[in-house]
Formats: sequence, structure tokens, C-alpha cells
Amino acid sequence: MSLGWLKSALLSLLFFVVLVGAWHLATLPKGERAAATDEYARLLGKGAKKSEGFPTPAQIGETIVKNLSEPFYDRGPNDKGIGIQLAHSLARVGLGYLLAIVLAVPLGFVIGMSPLVYRALDPFIQVLKPISPLAWMPIALYTIKDSSISGVFVIFICSVWPMLINTAYGVAAVRSDWLNVAKTLEVKPLRRAFQVILPAAAPTILTGMRISMGIAWLVIVAAEMLVGGTGIGYFVWNEWNNLNLANVIFAILTIGVVGMALDLAIGRLQKLVTYVE
Amino acid sequence: MSAFSNPFNPGVRLGAGCDCGRHASQAEHELAVADEPPSGDVETLNRRVIESAVMRALFPRDETRRRFLNAVGSSTALAAVSSFFPFGAIEAMAQDKGTPEKKDLKIGFIAITCASPLIMADPLGFYRQQGLSVQLMKTAGWALIRDKMLNKEHDASHFLSPMPLAISLGTGSAAQPMRVATIQNINGQAITLHSKHKDKRDPKQWKGFKFAVPFDYSMHNFLLRYYVAEHGIDPDADIQIRVVPPPEMVANLRAGNIDGFLGPDPFNQRAVYDEVGFIHILSKDIWNGHPCCAFGVPDAMIKDAPNTFAALYRAVLTAARMARDPKNRELIAKVIAPPNYLNQPETVIEQVLTGKFADGLGNVRNVPDRADFDPFPWHSMAVWILTQMKRWGYLKEDVDYKRIAEQVFLVTDARKYMAQIDMKAPAASYARFKVMGKEFDASAPDKYLASFAIRKAS
Repeated sequence: MSLGWLKSALLSLLFFVVLVGAWHLATLPKGERAAATDEYARLLGKGAKKSEGFPTPAQIGETIVKNLSEPFYDRGPNDKGIGIQLAHSLARVGLGYLLAIVLAVPLGFVIGMSPLVYRALDPFIQVLKPISPLAWMPIALYTIKDSSISGVFVIFICSVWPMLINTAYGVAAVRSDWLNVAKTLEVKPLRRAFQVILPAAAPTILTGMRISMGIAWLVIVAAEMLVGGTGIGYFVWNEWNNLNLANVIFAILTIGVVGMALDLAIGRLQKLVTYVE
Repeated sequence: MSAFSNPFNPGVRLGAGCDCGRHASQAEHELAVADEPPSGDVETLNRRVIESAVMRALFPRDETRRRFLNAVGSSTALAAVSSFFPFGAIEAMAQDKGTPEKKDLKIGFIAITCASPLIMADPLGFYRQQGLSVQLMKTAGWALIRDKMLNKEHDASHFLSPMPLAISLGTGSAAQPMRVATIQNINGQAITLHSKHKDKRDPKQWKGFKFAVPFDYSMHNFLLRYYVAEHGIDPDADIQIRVVPPPEMVANLRAGNIDGFLGPDPFNQRAVYDEVGFIHILSKDIWNGHPCCAFGVPDAMIKDAPNTFAALYRAVLTAARMARDPKNRELIAKVIAPPNYLNQPETVIEQVLTGKFADGLGNVRNVPDRADFDPFPWHSMAVWILTQMKRWGYLKEDVDYKRIAEQVFLVTDARKYMAQIDMKAPAASYARFKVMGKEFDASAPDKYLASFAIRKAS
């Protein structure tokens, strides 16, 4: 076990070195940069510290150190540190996601327990599910009249479907033996829901929540690029405007790391409720 | 003292006679009640004077006014009269520098040099000087600028000068009365083409090109359409014009998504700086002195918070006055370049503002009036914009150009506040100007419109 782990870690490291090495070679400056001799070149920023072409791994490292050494600075409404931006994004995702849980889990329960409601609501769910959450943005902006609540709404609407469908499926798929036992023992409906169905369906529900979190984290970046203001998506957009690719790559890495952390956290929860039959 | 008594009280008499009716004249009455001082502070009394004047004008016969007030109740009357008569605004005019009703303001802006005056007013402290605490909100695109103003998330905003006209008319959005307090900048735009088109300097070779403009209701859109149409290209049939937020223009040009754009600076200069494009023509060579962006406020602010409006007006005008002076341009470039505002290399901003720039073709050009910041909101500019909206089918119905122009572009206020900070304002509000050599006369807009061969078939 420990030897296998060591081997895979070494292989990962090797991949990393090869990747960064190839990147470094691909972005090596071509030839000596001409010094700014005439005025035209000076106006083009030649000779000065100007980022040309794709950033090198060294530049990225520099950017990461610079951004992480001061993550919480706040120089006015349009220039905040990466920590503050992440906090804004996480708050939006958290709020929209919580709202989605509050609606989707109880509703999924009802749908799962009643085949009639399931069939009645199915067409609506099937039509609404494939809509890109960003397509809701103009309508949200128009009706809610607040850009930051619109962002939360978009997170809500994209995370609600996987949870709803998984909860309904999980509840509907509870083994009928267990329900029959509950019936024989004359268990009251509320107790049956909480002590028989919920634990039985919990792994499926958690799977839905894990999928939802993944989607929500994907969507927040796009939503913030669209609406602007604060958040990690806005950070990417703002640096794209300045064509500062080093910062964009830094932001992409951050998004990846945070997304992984969120996924791992829910994965832990999932392990807690999983059972072996 | 009759001017200080409440004209909405039916028991009070305005005009001849006295309030209580027991004396032959008001003077006599006042002698009798001299020891009863009028209630309220100076501001209330000031307001009374104005209200009385208005009510006297509305109801020349005092009897009619009393009957009206008795019939509908004084508060209803006050609301009814206020709805068409901005007491608050007149009051502010009468007493002026009052404390702002609302001090904490959010102002939206797009990160372009057009907004220099309203941006620099923050780091240089012009807002604070007027007792305002302003937060400048960088916004992702013009559609959001519009929505955030309509949603009242922003109190005032950087606009493209055609936008308040369009919003007031309700074309392309829900109608809401929006006003242009000042023009932000004149000139300062350019047509930038991708470097691969260096040999295609004649617009006749542009068939099939894809161009970007910041917004449908923008001077950029109208100037680009005008420019290509003058060269015999139909902008609706021969080329494609798409809306791209200014900050994304260079990235799109680099990706080859578009062949060029008529966009705001610093993005023309930025395209040169990044060696992806060249400046084909400065917008000043299409129409020298054309307006571009505007500083806009909702009509509601003028009525409900006249002192805030006045303070904001003075702050932005102070900034414009400073920005007009070429001596200050380098300093301005320095204060608006940081990430909190434009987030651009300082040299790019400096080239735009000083007019000494690299054109992307290997030349250093020196055009001091490449960008300027004349704040005066000429009515003739608004009429021209409306004719172009009509020409390209953005405006379907027939409208009274002058009436709308005079409603939306606040020339009177501009004159007043310019005078307060010792800026010279022109006496006329209409002027003739030439766009690509063709003269525009605001008094004959229909004739002007009819003179164009290329226009959208209505």
C-alpha cells in the first residue's frame, strides 16, 4: 500500500516536471529583445517590463507568490486581493447551494414517494433541467433587479436539478422489503421517512449534492465574468481585460484547487452515510 | 410675510388682502401680528416663498386656489403640484450649496479613458470636496450599465451619450427618464484594424469584415455606420457589426474573431501596444468634436435630491475643467491607470491623453486633440444622434427631435454649474458642425436624414 502510494506520487511528480519543462521550453524568449532605441519602440513599451506572449513558468511562480503574499488587500471597490474575491464567490455559491438544498431535498422526497407526482412533474423537470443556468441571467437581472442576488439565483437554479432528481430517484429506489417491514411494524409515516427512507436514500442524495457542487463552482466563474463586481470570475475577467495572462493562469489554478477542496469535503460526507448491504 | 405662509393651507390668503381677512392689506395685518414670528427655519421659509410663487402663478385668483385646496385636501394638492413642478429643484436653485440629501453614492463606469473626468474626480478628491462619498463601480458592459441604472443599484453613471436618449424613449429597454448632465469627452475614439489588414486602407475593400462596437446605442456604432456608408458600404448588408464590451475588444481582435473595431480608448492604443492592430483613423477625423460618453443621472435624482445632484455636477465639471488642460494629461494618466480604475499600462493611457502615440504602422504621430473633455451637452449633438437612430432603424416612430434633445440634455443646468466654477459656457445650445465634410443643421433634421442614400429601409 505505502509502496504503491509512493510510486504513484513519484509518477505524478514526473508528469508535473515534464509538463512544466515543456512549458518552459515553449515559452523561452526568441532571441535577444531589442532595446528601445527609437521613440516608436519606446511607445510600444519595448525594453520596459512588458509581458510579451505566453507567460513562462517562472513568471507564473512570481505571480503566485505575489498574489498569495497579500491575499486580503482592499484598494477600493475594483481592486481587491484574491482571498476577498474567493470569499465573495464562496459566499454566493454557499447561499445559492443552501437554498437549492432547502427546496430540492424535501421536494425530491415528495416526488420520490408518490409515482403520481413524479409523472406529473417529470415533463417540467425534463424541460428545465438542460437550460444553461447563464441563460437565466438576463431574466434574473430584469426581474430580481439586483446583480448579486441574480448571481445567487443562477447558482440556485443550476444546483437544484441534480439534487432533485437524485433525491427522487434515491427515495423511489428504497428496497421495498424495508418499506414492507416498516409497514408490518406499523411505523408512523414521519418516522418511516426519517428512519427508514432517509438513511437508505442518503448516499444517492449526497451523490446529487456532489454533482451540484461541481456544477455550481463551474457556473459561478462564468456568472461573475458576466455580471462583474466581485468574485473570482470577476478577477479572471478583469485580468483578461488587461491581457495579463499570468494572473489569469493563477486564477485558473486557484479555481481548480478550491473546486477540488469542495468536492473532497462533500466526498467525506458521502463516505459517512454510505452503508454496505 | 405672506410669501412665507403655507400656500397649501386654504385658510391662508395669497395676493391682495391679508391672511385673516380682517385687515385691508397684508402690511397692516403683519403690523398687527408682528409679535408672532413665522415658524420654521430658513430652509422651510425659502421653500414657502417658492411654493407661494408657483401657486400664485397656477391660481391667479386666490379664491380658486382655496376652493381647490378645500376640495382635494392640501397634501393631495401638494403631491399633485409637485409631480409636475419640481419644487425641490427650484429650491436648490434658490438657495444652492445645501448639504447633499444623499452622501453615499455608487457611480458605475466602464474602464475606458472616456470616463477620465468622473474617474479622476475620485483619486483627486473632487467628490469629497463637494461633501460626497462616492464608490466607483467598474462594470462589465454597457447593457449592465443600463440595467444597474434601471435597477437603481447605481445612483449615477457613465453612459454612452445616446443611451440616456434611448432609455428615456424606451427603445431597447423599459422607458425611464434619464438625463445627460454633462458630456464626458469629445473625440478620443478610433477605428482599429487587425495588423493583417495593413494593405486594406480603403473601406471599399472591407466587404465581409466583422467589426465590433461597444453597444447598439453608441456613438461608435453610429460613427462606424456613417463612415462606411459614406464610402458606399451598407453597414447592414456588406459588413457585420457586433456588440463587444470594450475591454474584450483587444482579446477578440487578437483571436481573429473580429477584423476591427470602432472602439473607445485605451483599447485602440492597447491593440497597438500589444502589436495586434493598427489605428486606421481617429474618430476626430470623422467628426472633429463629436461627443462620446456622457455623465448621466436619473430624472428622479434631480427632483428628489437636488443638492446631491448639484454637488455631483460641480465635482464632475471641476474634473472636466482640469482634464481639458493639456498640461494635466500626464498626471491624469498616472492617477487613472491603476488596477482599481482602468487597469492598464500607464504609457498606453498617456499616449491616448497626450496625443503623442505610436499608430501601429511604424509612425509616431502627434495629435494633441486626439482626446478632449468638453463637458457642454449641446442640443444639436442630441438631435444628430436621434437622426442616426432613425436612419438605422433603432427609432421606428416619428419623434420631435428637438423636444427630446432639450428634455434629456441638461443645457441650462450645465450653464449654471459651469458658471459656479468659473467655466465658460457657450450662449447657444445649438451649433452647426460637419461630419466628414457634410454640414448638419439641427433645425432641419428630416431634410438631413433624407439626404443619405444608404439607410435602413423603413
